[in-house]
Amino acid sequence: MDPVRRIEGRAIPFGDKNVDTDVIIPAHWLKTVTRDGLGRGAFETVRQDPDNVFDQPEFSGAPILIAGDNFGCGSSREHAAWALLDLGITAVIAPSFSDIFSGNAFKNGILTVALPQEQIDRLTEVAATDPITIDLESQTVTTPFQDRFTFETDPFRRRCLLEGLDEIGLTLQQDEAITNYEIRQQGMTPWLARGTEKAA
Amino acid sequence: MSSTPRTLYEKIWDAHVVDKRDDGTALIYIDRHLVHEVTSPQAFEALRGNGRTVRRPDLTLAVPDHNVPTTRRTDTAGNRLPIADPQSAQQLAALERNAPEFGIRYIDAVAPEQGIVHVVGPEQGFSLPGATIVCGDSHTAAHGGIGALAFGIGTSEVEHVLATQTLLLKRSKGMEVRVEGNLGPGITPKDLILHIIGVIGTAGGTGHVIEYRGRVFEEMSVEGRLTVCNMSIEAGARAGLVAPDETTFNYLKGRPYAPQGEEWDQAVAWWRSLATDNGARFDSSVVIDASEIEPTVTWGTSPEDVVPIGASVPSPESFSDPSKQVAAAKSLQYMGLTPGQRMQDIAIENVFIGSCTNSRIEDLRAAARVLEGRRKAKGVRWAIAVPGSGLVKLQAEAEGLDRIFTDAGFEWREPGCSACLAMNPDKVPAGERCASTSNRNFVGRQGPGARTHLMSPAMAAAAAVTGRLTDVRELSATSPLRESARATKA
Repeated sequence: MDPVRRIEGRAIPFGDKNVDTDVIIPAHWLKTVTRDGLGRGAFETVRQDPDNVFDQPEFSGAPILIAGDNFGCGSSREHAAWALLDLGITAVIAPSFSDIFSGNAFKNGILTVALPQEQIDRLTEVAATDPITIDLESQTVTTPFQDRFTFETDPFRRRCLLEGLDEIGLTLQQDEAITNYEIRQQGMTPWLARGTEKAA
Repeated sequence: MSSTPRTLYEKIWDAHVVDKRDDGTALIYIDRHLVHEVTSPQAFEALRGNGRTVRRPDLTLAVPDHNVPTTRRTDTAGNRLPIADPQSAQQLAALERNAPEFGIRYIDAVAPEQGIVHVVGPEQGFSLPGATIVCGDSHTAAHGGIGALAFGIGTSEVEHVLATQTLLLKRSKGMEVRVEGNLGPGITPKDLILHIIGVIGTAGGTGHVIEYRGRVFEEMSVEGRLTVCNMSIEAGARAGLVAPDETTFNYLKGRPYAPQGEEWDQAVAWWRSLATDNGARFDSSVVIDASEIEPTVTWGTSPEDVVPIGASVPSPESFSDPSKQVAAAKSLQYMGLTPGQRMQDIAIENVFIGSCTNSRIEDLRAAARVLEGRRKAKGVRWAIAVPGSGLVKLQAEAEGLDRIFTDAGFEWREPGCSACLAMNPDKVPAGERCASTSNRNFVGRQGPGARTHLMSPAMAAAAAVTGRLTDVRELSATSPLRESARATKA
């Protein structure tokens, strides 16, 4: 994964609350076997409205999305993260995120920035005309108008993003600990160690 | 062993820690991994691309469900029929190729054991109490109904589990949903969970694992517990749990992958020890009075948009939160509903009985009890009953339920996710309404422009009979049809 440090650019002031992943990418787009090209289906139902914010020229290629509470709820489809990336979105700012979506976003190098509603209201105002900057190193969101909001990120996720670490690669280095666990489990709960190998 | 009282969730968590880190995360061992065709192709592709293997192929079970058509899969000679949609066919073919290539047990689309992953796991005894279970599907929460810590994951995590049999996780908070008292006559687990989601809200469980507690759950069947836990994610909780007990053990005993002999006794002893200790603390607690719960239906486009069937469509102004007012107005417009309209006056054109929430044998029995001796109303264009697995289908047919459904004007289908999510040919047309036993009423969920009302199998059957949303209790009380049909048969 490429390191993520700073995201700067226009922010799409979307704002809706409880945006589910069926809205981010409807199920019929999920019949793909790759991660590419899902931007065409992103927010398909929202974009049926010709005045929708996503298709306004000033937000074309905008790297930031501003959303409402509980963004990414519902289905676990990682296609939602892939669809955002394909649209060029690499950070989402919202008051809160669903657990599964924020995990999927992280695995794809998308920053999820949680801020209180009043700060989001201010950023939404700025987003109409000006760019926003998110700095992961200092954990701040700033605007050209001296606004400076701080946010928190999980320390492990922050390090992975800043250093562009491969999480699977990291876990594979713990092979010995995993093997030791498997030996312990074989002794304590052998039936769990068996899986699809049926008992004799 | 620590002597501090612990919750069921904490006990399962503690038993699966491979490595604890200073930053509050832990590497957690995953006992069971279910794989379907939609969220796995990119994970297998990435393994291949990085030259990685599957650490424990014996702990993963693969079964196709989302894309499979629910119409006949074989011709009269038993040959497999081709899948019309080329993209679906490609995705199904990918799973069929990937599973054997990585040494994973694969249940074929035409095998009698095939079905929706969340029906198949418990049914095969692959899902077990106290186990950690994951699947690239948010409704994995269902398996909590047998006392497993089960949750949905994304495709990158599917790849992580395949490669390492672990996940790096942060411990969730514990939420207790304690239901006091008894459910009234005709009130089902689906009504209960819809009501609970209405109380907690669709984000209320975020960051939490819910444990459902109280006599209602102790007296509930495993099928009912699976329904309740299934929809935990609709309250924002990644997982829901019901403590394993005699009901759970009786359900699992003798299933293909369940432990046997001496190991069974050893397993039962361990499972019994998992129940939440007296004095264990939850981070939050929600108390629900069961006697207040009516048959419950949704009016909007979020699972938290619930009302009792006797109520009317709410007005956006009735919500105190301004953003909810905006959302409600949007929902009503999408749903084509007017505030103040009686829920029971809402006409429906489609009925879907199925999905990982409500496609088990008890669900089909409950719907069939309402449909027996009755027919779907004229205005109901399309009604389908979709068993959750081939084995559920066989059981239902042995009990004659298929005839009750077809006599009532339903189509009796092959197992799969079907009309829950508009990925296969079963879709609800734009602008039409569906009385649905599934789990999500999101915009476009059952097809672009489709309008979904979530409810229990008995309530969906009642809606089929009257052609409008209906209180199933009134139908049972007033109609003589069922009695006369019984008399004719005798």
